[in-house]
Amino acid sequence: MTAPRADRGGATSKRAVVTGIGVVAPTGVGADAHWKRVLAGESALRRITLFDPTPYPSTLAGEVSEFDALGWADNRRVVQTDRWTHLGFAATRLALQDAGLAEVAGDPYQVGVTLASSSGGNLFGQRELQRLWSQPSRTVGAYQSIAWFYAASVGQLSIHHQFKGPCGVLVSETAGGLDSLAHAVRMIRRGTPVVIAGGTECPLSPYALACQLRGGLLTSSTDPARAYRPFDETASGYVPGEGGAVFVVEELGHALDRGATIYGEVAGWASTHDARYTDARQRGDATQYARAMELALERAGARPDEVDIVVPDALGVPGYDLSEARALRTVFGPTSPPVTTQKPLTGRAHQGGAALDVANALLAMHQGLVPATAGLDRPASGCDLDFVREHRQQRSDLALIAARGFDGFNSAVVLRRGSAPG
Amino acid sequence: MNPRRTVVTGVGVVAPGGVTRDQFWATITEGRTSTRRISFFDPSPFRSQIAAECDFDAAAAGLTAVERQRADRYVQFALAASIEALADSGLATDEATRQRTGVVLGSAVGGTMALEREYVVASDSGAQWLVDHNRTTPFLYQALVPSSLAAEVACRHGLHGPAQVISTGCTSGIDAVGYAHQLICDDEADVVLAGASDTPISPVTVASFDAIKATTAANDDPAHASRPFDGNRAGFVLAEGAAVLVLEELAHARRRGAHIYCELAGYANRSNGYHMTGLRPDGAEMALAITAALDEGRLNPDDVSYISAHGSGTRQNDRHETAAFKRALRDTAYRVPISSIKSMVGHSLGAIGSIEMAACALAIENGVVPPTANWSTRDPECDLDYVPNTAREVDVDVALSVGSGFGGFQSAMVFRRLTEAVR
Repeated sequence: MTAPRADRGGATSKRAVVTGIGVVAPTGVGADAHWKRVLAGESALRRITLFDPTPYPSTLAGEVSEFDALGWADNRRVVQTDRWTHLGFAATRLALQDAGLAEVAGDPYQVGVTLASSSGGNLFGQRELQRLWSQPSRTVGAYQSIAWFYAASVGQLSIHHQFKGPCGVLVSETAGGLDSLAHAVRMIRRGTPVVIAGGTECPLSPYALACQLRGGLLTSSTDPARAYRPFDETASGYVPGEGGAVFVVEELGHALDRGATIYGEVAGWASTHDARYTDARQRGDATQYARAMELALERAGARPDEVDIVVPDALGVPGYDLSEARALRTVFGPTSPPVTTQKPLTGRAHQGGAALDVANALLAMHQGLVPATAGLDRPASGCDLDFVREHRQQRSDLALIAARGFDGFNSAVVLRRGSAPG
Repeated sequence: MNPRRTVVTGVGVVAPGGVTRDQFWATITEGRTSTRRISFFDPSPFRSQIAAECDFDAAAAGLTAVERQRADRYVQFALAASIEALADSGLATDEATRQRTGVVLGSAVGGTMALEREYVVASDSGAQWLVDHNRTTPFLYQALVPSSLAAEVACRHGLHGPAQVISTGCTSGIDAVGYAHQLICDDEADVVLAGASDTPISPVTVASFDAIKATTAANDDPAHASRPFDGNRAGFVLAEGAAVLVLEELAHARRRGAHIYCELAGYANRSNGYHMTGLRPDGAEMALAITAALDEGRLNPDDVSYISAHGSGTRQNDRHETAAFKRALRDTAYRVPISSIKSMVGHSLGAIGSIEMAACALAIENGVVPPTANWSTRDPECDLDYVPNTAREVDVDVALSVGSGFGGFQSAMVFRRLTEAVR
């Protein structure tokens, strides 16, 4: 066992690259299945089946259909945890397999884990709340204390896979999916060579849907094909989704030494806050959002005109689409790089969705193919960016992924293909 | 060595027994316990009926009517602590400063108090699986996502730097401050309001800890129920509270002539990879976190002059932690004063890590370490100096604060007095 390394303060010159991608999405379990469906442009949105959505004004979601948790974890761990964690079990195993790393860490202190989570164990939590309040005995099950809270997935994963290095659980709503990659880089620069990052989400219990309805940004459309339409003139809100993506992020030298496939470098990152609440009647703050993108590019040492792909937040709420378009124009000027989003195929899985956007960008760079943007016919006035209308065979070296979280969070990550000099 | 160093220039606290920094310091240095029978709801159906509650007045703490309406109790606590901490720091929040000031707060259970309260309404006391969203507060989404904690504080003070909520269970408060420290070192921010808040005293959380017997059932003597390191300890006492520190890059603080409590010299966390709630008796991973945190600050074990222990008062924690101190600090473990303020203010889950760091900053400032209250019976497995019952004058140059939480997380934070020698 290697002695623990110092968590030295401050930047070293270490670089962090993604060497494994684990996707668990409504569009497919595994990056290959997901990517195939993305290229087919096939939406996975449908009427909710995890519960009966009849009483609610929003009835659609992107669900990971026919997901069998027992294929990814033993019965004991499945029983102790929420569906959100089950999805995390699968995504993590897929990422480790893809990276060619063992399921159980060889040197546990050399592997850290930092995942994002927007809302914890919703289905598990609601079942236990019901048990507590519908019976006079006022009790919950023994696993409520370890299944509902936001750190449940990271704790379970660290035990199963023996990730005993630094750990983190980040909660900044959708933007957190990107922040987890940034935090993985901080850990790597402080001496931990392998960090598991990303995150999954399952905001699909009746109560979690009720909470989102109160958030005021859901669409009430019942047509899965036309419900979630970011930047389109018919945009009417978002459709929730579950799932996400988990990554193996690795110190460059460590990855090269073991001959790992390098999807891309986490070259830049930044986050800012609007200091302003989210309100569907408003537009959000383009200034701070643009600033997050600019800071991320600056950290990557890249100019805006070097960016080959932009994956936006794509909330699908008109005012917010408009401010996002404005932020992109602030950063890139009148000629924006190609913009593409696949969120309309999967629904919005909050921070899991931002992680999935990172997976999409890495796959696009890796495959030399930018998939067409989904859910767009005619851009709304002011939203006329260079949307990718048909799949583009295109060498892409630099991707910008941007995300916003409810009530003012903005994050951006810049990825550089392979290990191109930088 | 990284030229960017982090110092503490402001402290704000909301704690049981007195809801300001000064009242908190008085509570813990006088050895007063603030644990009592739960008053927020009828605790009689529950195994553990004790908690350390705050007598909090949001309006008196300076919260606006809008904030009082929007924000769940744990968010209100953080707002109050942030207002006190910022005022204490004397930081002028001009436009340029606000661009480079972040907010990083921890919370273990976030908005569960509001989520449960609204659930009861929306589900007709658990009768309906398909809950009625129309019956809830309009701010229900903010209860679902604990990111609201950082958002409200950023909105309050107009802060545009990185905003984040860290939720690593009971180490959230340490990990949030550690995350903020890394933002400063890596030039992502110059100032960060960093801390944590939890208000978990509601039936679902009480029932959750009942189910695994983590909390004490010594209901007949609430004032003496939290007994860290005592031979008769029987579980922790649930609490609520918040603390916010103003963390600032050293040169930034020097330029404006700020009062500096101490330097944040090192931080680390590790997972034990062992059990979601169980601890291996050897304390190996907590010891590794302590060593790594000291190492970041270029400090040796014998530099440590005070340890603010996790000291939750469960059988296994206090034994685990004692072993970790011996493993990491060797001989120093036997001579350094160690105390757990949870004996007085209870265990406020994610928040307590930040409250304990506030105590460390104040201990360095005042040359006094708070005691472990309710200590009377020696446990052969807990044989260190726990500063029983009475505060002690100690020149604290280096304070170590540790935390341990569900999920197996072990965190350590080192504060150092900023003497001429280390400048």
